[in-house]
Amino acid sequence: MKSAVIVFPGSNCDRDCKVAIERSTGSSVDMVWHQETALPSGLDLIVLPGGFSYGDYLRCGAMAALSPVMAEVKAAAERGVAVVGICNGFQVLCEAGMLPGALLRNAKLKYICKAVTLDVTNTQTRFSTGYAASREAVMTVGNGEGNFFAEEAELDRIEGEGQVVFRYRDNPNGSARDIAGIVNGKGNVLGLMPHPDRSFEGELGSADGALLFQSALASA
Amino acid sequence: MKAKVHVFLKPGVLDVQGKAIEGAVNTLGFGGVSDVRVGRMIEFDIAGTDRAAVEAEVKTLCDRLLANTVIESYRVELI
Repeated sequence: MKSAVIVFPGSNCDRDCKVAIERSTGSSVDMVWHQETALPSGLDLIVLPGGFSYGDYLRCGAMAALSPVMAEVKAAAERGVAVVGICNGFQVLCEAGMLPGALLRNAKLKYICKAVTLDVTNTQTRFSTGYAASREAVMTVGNGEGNFFAEEAELDRIEGEGQVVFRYRDNPNGSARDIAGIVNGKGNVLGLMPHPDRSFEGELGSADGALLFQSALASA
Repeated sequence: MKAKVHVFLKPGVLDVQGKAIEGAVNTLGFGGVSDVRVGRMIEFDIAGTDRAAVEAEVKTLCDRLLANTVIESYRVELI
């Protein structure tokens, strides 16, 4: 098993992601700087971490989406490598066009940091098989712009195609149709606002996030 | 040429910042103010003399970086 965490200037959950993946799966984790033009070979999982890449200048994730390393992340995703964007990483994936929709300011303009309960609405994706029994997960959110938006027709489409993986049970930020996490059409790119990397051991309040990393690497 | 790009959230997208400002404006007693929208203006110099070509170039730049057309619309001004 081999994973990589991409590090942008302003990422602040990169170390958390490394530790979370190592402890939940035993996978080795390389840290990859955003200026790299090649990824380590043989990767099973690439994680774009949370934080404030490029200080959230222009729009959250907009500058990071144009980083040199993102061309490689896109190419790896095309080859079928699993890619997970958490929080700011989700924003980067939307800005890069790798996932549909966008993330707006929270409906009440507040930065929200708390544990939330999620319904796992699709346990058939390569990231969510571990939730088949419980169909729910508790994870921490920490965001000011986590309000998922897409046009109504687009929302109908992604719901119809089973691309909605996580929904908030009690919507904290105004996200359209309570959406907390989605996959791309091919099912190998996941973006979610809640942090599995802050919820992977009981001492953190919840160990449910570990299941996400374990599912993603189950076939590796 | 100087380009000014105005970027706003699309009409159908809730502008929560605009709503908050509208509330404050109304609190100040300006009851006639409504539909406050907050956007950004980006200004830059751009080489070229053919107005149509420059405008096309700026629009491409808007689509690729300056605006996220999933949620935002933009207007280009050339001076």
